[in-house]
Amino acid sequence: MIDKIEGYTYILGDDINTDDIVPSNALTLRDTTEMAKNTLRYLRPNFVGMVTKNNIIVAGENFGTGSSREEAVNVFKILGVKAIIAKSFARIYFRNLINLGIPGIQLNWDKKKFSHGDHLEITLNKGLIFNKTKNKEIDFKKLPDFLTKILEDEGILNQLKKKLFKG
Amino acid sequence: MSYTIAEKILLNHSNHKSVVPGQFIECEIDLIMVHEQLGGRIHKEYEKLGIDYVWDPNKIFFILDHWVPAPTISAAEMHQDCRIFAEKYKFIHNIGMNRGICHQVLPEMGFSRPGMLIVGSDSHTTTYGAFNCLSTGIGATDVSVVFATGNLWFKVPESFKINLKGKLNKGIMSKDFILKLIGDLTTKGAIYKSLEFHGDGVKDISIDGRMTITNMVVEAGAKFGVFLPDVKLTKWLEERTDITYKYVYPDKDADYEKEFNYNLSEITPVVAKPSNPGNIVNVEEEEGIEIDQAFLGSCTNGRMEDLRIAAKILKGKKIDPNTRLIIIPASTDIYKEALKEGLIEIFINAGGIFGHSTCGPCIGGHMGVLGPDEVCISSSNRNFVGRMGAPSAQIYLASPATVAASAINGKITDPREVL
Repeated sequence: MIDKIEGYTYILGDDINTDDIVPSNALTLRDTTEMAKNTLRYLRPNFVGMVTKNNIIVAGENFGTGSSREEAVNVFKILGVKAIIAKSFARIYFRNLINLGIPGIQLNWDKKKFSHGDHLEITLNKGLIFNKTKNKEIDFKKLPDFLTKILEDEGILNQLKKKLFKG
Repeated sequence: MSYTIAEKILLNHSNHKSVVPGQFIECEIDLIMVHEQLGGRIHKEYEKLGIDYVWDPNKIFFILDHWVPAPTISAAEMHQDCRIFAEKYKFIHNIGMNRGICHQVLPEMGFSRPGMLIVGSDSHTTTYGAFNCLSTGIGATDVSVVFATGNLWFKVPESFKINLKGKLNKGIMSKDFILKLIGDLTTKGAIYKSLEFHGDGVKDISIDGRMTITNMVVEAGAKFGVFLPDVKLTKWLEERTDITYKYVYPDKDADYEKEFNYNLSEITPVVAKPSNPGNIVNVEEEEGIEIDQAFLGSCTNGRMEDLRIAAKILKGKKIDPNTRLIIIPASTDIYKEALKEGLIEIFINAGGIFGHSTCGPCIGGHMGVLGPDEVCISSSNRNFVGRMGAPSAQIYLASPATVAASAINGKITDPREVL
């Protein structure tokens, strides 16, 4: 169950594209752990060294714009990112997030709501984020039930597997 | 109920009696296009499902185009993996790596027809909307879902109506129009929307030009870009398929979230400045910026119309000695046609480099990777940091005419000055 998620914010800006997240020249790497070492390599050269197993990305508008490369979600998963909050998501990126079991939360935010390194607790089925650092409750629009179900099943392939092999 | 084209086609592929924008529905997929993603990610994901079949090996269009022929060992391994998968699951349309770029080859072979619902493992899958069908990009896991079930969930999008009138002036191309539209909408202005292209202006846009427009709607965030059908489309399809199809028109009182009007005769040459496709300015503002490389090609602009205008500009001239001009046709059929028309000789005599069809330089893959601080003017679709090579390289997006004109002068040039 991933209903409650706890972690620390890492702030990113607007229009972070899939080439920023996984540069093309890292795309042919066969080893995904090696590929993940290239995450945001040009934009935030220190990102991979700084990100820990309990980070929540907080980004601006149009997060994940660009290519359909699912690697741009998978590298965050490998690095242990627990959720991504953004003012808006590119369409394919949002699907890829949910499909791989990472909550994507669309929320208009400002510095009053989140700063770098804030300790957050997200309750998905209530549409609620508690910012422990700022002692502040923030509401967000809950995902449609069938998307929440994909997250509960830890990704759409796990869900599909259950459907294919039931009984 | 009255429907837009997107609503109509999605409804026709679902088991619902009606649909409204915002509704989540399950749809049956007519065709899925996959490229190197198959070996890059899909294969591993699909194997996890533990099934030994795909839903319909006849509805999968599989092609290698991004890194062909393989420039590195890891790309070659990816291709090996792709072939193993395609053979194991007995894909019928296993195209290989010698036909060209997916978004050109698939329509050329008559696979995109009016009314269809097509998905593909590439964001520029929106291209097929030029053929009055719905098509959009998906990631590897969604591809696996389609491979297993033939179905996929969709959110019914709101539609924007784009009314076109008038005719593009000499030296102005549909690329200038779509760049202008992306600049006006911004790169997030059409997230999740379907862009429907209407109006008298459509009849004067070639099929090549329409493909350039639908190819790039995703740069404004759009889910679909779709043209109404006309005689040009009928003729195009007649030459390429015997399969019957039915045109899809929107209902007269269909509901559009927004409406935009463009007079094509007012469009002027523009460029997208580094490093965002929505960073649009008139070419005059950037004229004189020195370039190291000019690239003409990609799924956006590697078609006959593009090669012909470039040849017209380059005929009998030499490119600037400090500039490289790389020209790559979008498909092998286009390569042959360019050969027949004598265009390749014109390019080579002008000092250009003409290559086989591949995505190559557009993704910084091979055949024209940019070095540190280099400046490139490109007919492709994305100018993100590091997209074509070194992260410090600067990419300007422009029409094939602007690319060719700039190659001659070694600096960004308004094509109207050389035509």
